[in-house]
This record gives sequence, C-alpha cells and structure tokens, in this order.
Amino acid sequence: MTTMREAFARVTNELLDSEPRVAVVLADISTDRFARAARRHPDRVINVGIRESLLVSVAGGLALSGMRPIAHTYAPFLVERPFEQVKLDLVHQGVGAVLVSVGASYDSSGSGRTHHAPEDVALLDTLPDWTIHVPGHPDEAKALLRAAVAADGAVYLRLEETSNQTAYPDSQHLVVVRRGTGPTIVAVGPMLSRVLDATQDLDASVLYTSTIRPFDGATLRAIAATPEVILVEPTLAGTSVRVASEALRDRPMRILGLGVERRELRRYGEPWEHARAHGLDAAGIRTSIDAFLAS
Amino acid sequence: MTLPTPPPPPSAIPVPGYADLPALMARMTGDEKHDWAAASTLDVLWVLYDRILRVSPATVDDPDRDRFLLSKGHGPMAYYAVLAAKGFFPLDWLDAYATFASPLGNHPDRMLIPGVEISSGSLGHGLPLGVGVGLGLRAQGREARVVVLVGDAELDEGTNGEAIAFARAAGLDHLTVVVIDNRSSTHGWPGGIASRFAVEGWAAREVDGRDHGALESAFRETHPDRPTAIVAVTEEKR
Repeated sequence: MTTMREAFARVTNELLDSEPRVAVVLADISTDRFARAARRHPDRVINVGIRESLLVSVAGGLALSGMRPIAHTYAPFLVERPFEQVKLDLVHQGVGAVLVSVGASYDSSGSGRTHHAPEDVALLDTLPDWTIHVPGHPDEAKALLRAAVAADGAVYLRLEETSNQTAYPDSQHLVVVRRGTGPTIVAVGPMLSRVLDATQDLDASVLYTSTIRPFDGATLRAIAATPEVILVEPTLAGTSVRVASEALRDRPMRILGLGVERRELRRYGEPWEHARAHGLDAAGIRTSIDAFLAS
Repeated sequence: MTLPTPPPPPSAIPVPGYADLPALMARMTGDEKHDWAAASTLDVLWVLYDRILRVSPATVDDPDRDRFLLSKGHGPMAYYAVLAAKGFFPLDWLDAYATFASPLGNHPDRMLIPGVEISSGSLGHGLPLGVGVGLGLRAQGREARVVVLVGDAELDEGTNGEAIAFARAAGLDHLTVVVIDNRSSTHGWPGGIASRFAVEGWAAREVDGRDHGALESAFRETHPDRPTAIVAVTEEKR
C-alpha cells in the first residue's frame, strides 16, 4: 500500500504543476521525491539545506509575497526546533502555511529520542488558529492536503507510517464508527484499527477523526451517552483532553487521555515495540480502558 | 469677472523633510534635546524611503512594490518618523507612541501600521523572512527589491548565518541587506562584518552610515547574480 509520505509527495507534485501559487520548501529531507518537480519548477521547489529555522522563515516570507508554501521535514525539526519561527514568522506575521511532517511520535524508532516528536501537536496547540490533521490513511492524507493548500490559513499535517485498514472521507469531523450504550471512545488518526481490535466486545461508542483542531465537539456532545470519555491519540497523552473537556464543560464527565507517555524511553527497535511500551497496542489500550471504567 | 482663488495644489502643502525628523521623533520620546535624533538607523532609513524604494502610501498593497523589512525592530522611532514624514500614516499617531491603543509600539507590528512589511522585535527573523519574500517574488516573475535592515549585534543570532549562506546559493540578486554597524555586538566581528558576507559570495561593501550620497550610490549598485550587503558604519553606540 502507498504510505502517507508517498501520498504527500504525489499530491504535492500534482499541485506544483497545477497551482502557480504553490511552493514546496525542503530541508534535505524527501528531496528525491521532488527531483523532477525541481527541474520543472526551479523557483518553487526550494531546498534550503539542513537549515530548519530558515525552512519555516522562508515559508513565512513566501506567504508574505503571496505564495502558498508547503514546508516539510521530520516533525521535531519542523515544529520543535523552529518553534519561534512558527510563532513569529507565520502566526505573528498574520500569514499561513501548510506544514507537513513525517516521523510522528516514533516512526524512526531506531533513531532514538532526537527523531521522536510525540509533543508536536501539544506544542502547536499553544498557538491560535491552527488546523491540525493527524490522518489515519493515505487517502485521507491526500484529501486533507488538497484542502489545506486550497485554503489560506495555518495547517499542520502529521503523517505517520502506520495506517488504518479503512479511510474515512469525512474524517475532518468525528465519524461514528460504532454505536453503543456505554462509554465513548475517540480514536485519533492511526489509532483506530487498534482501538476497534481492543474494544470488540465492549458496549461502547467508537468515534474517529483525522482532525483534532478544530475539534468536533458537537458530535462528541451528541454521542456521549455516559460520563466516561476516552481519547486514544498517537501523540502525547492528553493532547486533546482540553478540547474534549471544553466541549463537555456543562456536564459531569470523566475523561481519560491515552497516548504517548511523558518519559524518556531510551529504546530503539521497531515502532510497534514503542507502541507497546507506551501501552498503545491493542492489549495495552484495553488494559487502560478497563482500569479506568473500574475506577 | 473675478474668479475665486483656487485652493493650493497638493504639492504646495508642506511635506516633512529630513530636517523635520528630529521634531517628529521628539513627539514620541518627549525629549526636547532630541537625543534620539542620533538614532543609528535614521540616515539609512531616510535615504531608502526618499531616494531608493519604489513604495509609497498609495502602493502599500501593490504586489510589485519594493519591500523594506526592518529586522532590528527595537528603537523604531526613526522608522516611524520616516514613515510618518512620507505619509504612510498620520503624523498625530506619533503623539500616542507605545500607549495601549496606539498602533505604534516599541516593536513594529505589520498588522497595525500601513507600510510596515514585517512585525519584528525578536532578533534574527528579518533576513530569513526576507529570503522567503525574495524567493516568492522571483517565483512570480516580479522585479521588486527586498531590502532588510539588521544591526551588527543582531548578527549574533545564528539564524542570520543560515540565511546568509542560503541567499547566495539561491542567487537572490534582488536582495540587499544593510547592516547598521555601531559596534554594539558584545564579542565583535574580527575581520569586519563585510568580510562575513563576502566570504559567502555576497557583493559586500562598507560605507559611512551618515553620508546620504554614499548610501544612495551603494544602494543603487546591485549585481546580477548575487545578493548585496552594505555595512553602514555609524558612531559607536554610547
């Protein structure tokens, strides 16, 4: 199957051909996927070298000149290292860009902590007016990228190696995947298949979304039949607890935020081993849900 | 038959000039001795807006206008005085400088002030942004210039190093950086600031930052394949 990263490269190549306002800014990552485009559009495929602060500033300058920039590299080097550039050279200048990351929380499991960014979304969430997509399938990533480039605002598209079995075309809202009478479980992005595996025999509603900012609080309110709400995210645990609790602020609720734990794991190996270590494989998710419901 | 006297044409209304800038700055500082008239950026800013930049209050949204990016955003009174003198915003804005509702703060905000191209204050952002603006204008086939003003101490910020190296690699010949050098960098620049740009392949030269004629000719001299750095030397910061 196509990966989300391949989907990103394919759609961005098409957009470079069809949309003269689109420019892609790279920092020595994924350049092989844009070699042909760079020959066709030398002024709109820009590789700044290993200069990630400049990567984001150049995106800001391109936007100031009237272009629609797509900036791309690994998540820690796109959001964390140049965070002040994101804050000042995009948001404070009043311009937008499409930031597309790969690597996610621990796709580069063997590379260690320097290449892991479970906190990227939580960090971006300290800034106003970002649209944040965590797609769960390459087809979702394609549609979300096209919509992001056609708009003008600030958009973060977080691509992961792991995908769900099924794409949901309406994933920018909360999609009701399964309806039950018990607790409400919200699976974000690539967590859905695991959540469904973990809760097959549980009388619960399972909702799915690829888009956590803005967060579809209205659907959560409409579906949440009991006080128990469980968020399962591929990012730092609790990343979306704030927006879920805001949506339900007039009700007595109990909210559990599952995700990547806030600790230094200091392990290499495979991504699934990291998921298991953080309790984010199907068994770990079920154990946490059972403990929460019994408490 | 006697015709009524017509109103004076607009050109007859006195327009503030260079000699009026100290008084305009005093409206912000309340300093009757005009100490701020010695602002290190004043002459460079005046020469740019009076003789070089193709931008006016009527063209602040024209995609083909020249762009001036004040990266060294602190001490912006000289910038505000020049913009006000050139009619980008009303002179009486100066009187409320840095108050809560004033568009004019201690650091400029492009969303609040007509003619201001970037919001600055945190050092080391203007040149990287200017590189992006230059790339964007080139991709659109526009001939506009991009001029970025930085301070010599601001060059301490490493983000400038990223931009200086890449701007030459990208051949941004419509980009000019003017460095106001009043020797305020704590650890200094052995070999001189111009050499830091020259070694990266920029056309770099040093001029007297108070000499309007020398500044004008430096700004008029651009090169077809490389960006330009002008080190405008002023008296040492006290």
